[in-house]
Parts: sequence; C-alpha cells; structure tokens
Amino acid sequence: MNTVLSRANSLFAFSLSVMAALTLGCFVTTAFKDRCVPVQLQVSRILLKNIEDFTGPRRRSDLGLLTFHITADLEKTFDWNVKQLFLYLSAEYSTKYNAVNQVVLWDKIVLRGDNPKLQVKDIKTKYFFFDDGNGLKGNPNVTLTLSWNVVPIAGILPLVTGSGHVSVPFPDAYDIMKTY
Amino acid sequence: MVRAGGVAAHLPTSGLDIFGDLRKMNKRQLYYQVLNFAMIVSSALMIWKGLIVLTGSESPIVVVLSGSMEPAFHRGDLLFLTNFREDPIRAGEIVVFKVEGRDIPIVHRVIKVHEKFLPYVGMVTIIMNDYPKFKYALLAVMGAYVLLRRES
Repeated sequence: MNTVLSRANSLFAFSLSVMAALTLGCFVTTAFKDRCVPVQLQVSRILLKNIEDFTGPRRRSDLGLLTFHITADLEKTFDWNVKQLFLYLSAEYSTKYNAVNQVVLWDKIVLRGDNPKLQVKDIKTKYFFFDDGNGLKGNPNVTLTLSWNVVPIAGILPLVTGSGHVSVPFPDAYDIMKTY
Repeated sequence: MVRAGGVAAHLPTSGLDIFGDLRKMNKRQLYYQVLNFAMIVSSALMIWKGLIVLTGSESPIVVVLSGSMEPAFHRGDLLFLTNFREDPIRAGEIVVFKVEGRDIPIVHRVIKVHEKFLPYVGMVTIIMNDYPKFKYALLAVMGAYVLLRRES
C-alpha cells in the first residue's frame, strides 16, 4: 500500500463490492411488496371481421375491433425503486384449436413522476386483435384484464394483474361494413 | 566496476525485473504459482456454470446492447435471466431469445400467445389435418395391406 497505483486499485475494488451490496439491498427491500390495485374496465363496442391476416401467416382469420374504457389509480404501486410501469390490456380466451390465447390489445408506459391516476375513455385497440384461425366468432368468453410490468431501478420485474376484469362474448356474425 | 555491480543490485526492488523474480524461485514455487492461477480460473468457471444450472438458462447474465426497450432498459444495463420449463410464456413478459444463425440474443416483450394443447394422440390428428397427403398415404397403405394380405 505504498504506491498510488496499489491504493487506487484497492479503493476501486472496495467501492465495487460496496455498490454491489447496495444494489442487492435495493432489490431485497422492495422485492416482496404487493403491487396489486383495483381496476375498472368496460367494453363499449365489439366488431368482428374475417379478413386475411397480414400480421402473420396469410390465412383468413378473425379480427376483433373493440372500444373500451379503463379507470385505475396506480399511486400505491409506485415507490422509490420503481422506474416505470408498463401497463398492458390483454385479452385471454380459448378456442377449439388452441387452449390458451393471449393477445395484448393496448399498452401504455407510465413513468415515475407522471400522473398515477389512469382514466382513458373510448379508446380503440392499439394492436390488431387477430386470432390464429377463426376462433373468435361466437366465442362465449373473452376476458380482458389490465396488467402491469413493474420496472425497478434495480431488482425483480414482476408482472402484476390488476384486480378487476371484464368478460365479453363475441358476436356470432361477421361485420361486412368497410368502416370502423 | 563497482558502480556497474551496484546498478544490477538495485533493479529487482523496483518490481520491474520479472525474470529476476522467476530465476529466484525454485521449481516448487513455480508449480505452486501455476496451480494457484488455475484454481482461480476454474473457480470462476465453476461459478458461471453453476449459475447456468441454477437458472436453467444458457446465458444467465446478459448486457442490453440496443436501445429498443427504452425507457425500460437502456444500453449497458445488466439483465439476470431464468428459464424454468414449468413457467409458461405469457403475454406481457419480457423474453430474451436467439434467432437461428445469429449469435446475439434479442430482448423483446411478448404480445401474442397462441398455445395448442397437445396430448400425444392429438399430435397425430393435427399432423393429419395439416398434411392431407399424409392422411391419404396412410389410408392407401392400410387399404393395400387389407387387400393384399393372405388369409391363412
């Protein structure tokens, strides 16, 4: 410990270990927090079409077009270790060919510091709701849930589903109008 | 002559005369040094492989290379991955995958999941559905077998 180089070396090694321990502490203190809040969802309009699926294998598949409202207060999920919340509305259903289908219809990024009260009305789906086939027609139970991925500054990224969902049956007939 | 001898004696203390150090060690100390080095390298390798087994993933610690997941992940962030086979992939999860033929893993979020329920018997039905030629070939073989076997 008598040259500048060896002192700088041990100082650097020590500060690396300290930072690693601090990061672990950050992770452990916020890892087990409950981040679930109640969510209100309503679907106001459903349209079903059957067109060529341009997002995947070019097969005539069912396309669902929905308009919905979401209300949620996300204040409780934020804390000092949360960088952002990635919200996504997903539709889950099962068909004759596929037991589990999950499609993300809409998403939003809420950064720390943004308004945590979420209220969106009359919004349409951001992503195309194509089924892998014709399983949406007359489907009795399509469940929409709002979930979020908590992105921390350092730690685990849990996927939390809000408490509150809405199940809608899809219409039996295809809509043949050109407009939506 | 005295001065030349003095200079040669001073060099080893500055730490720059490596070969002087090596010559001073006997064979046993040299083997010990090599083994020490090998122990350090193999402990590091064991920790890495142990982490691969523990997490079930091929590459448990990765660095984010592109800015495609901003503002969630920035370039240079470290990601710890797990790959347990009982956990199904669900919409909204972030997955790291490698495309065939490309070395670099890709980090993206899952948007759609369509999962088939495949018991082993169902697999045959699905194959017959997807490849109708296979169905006809199977029928032809069965028909030929029934027609051509001898009643003994």
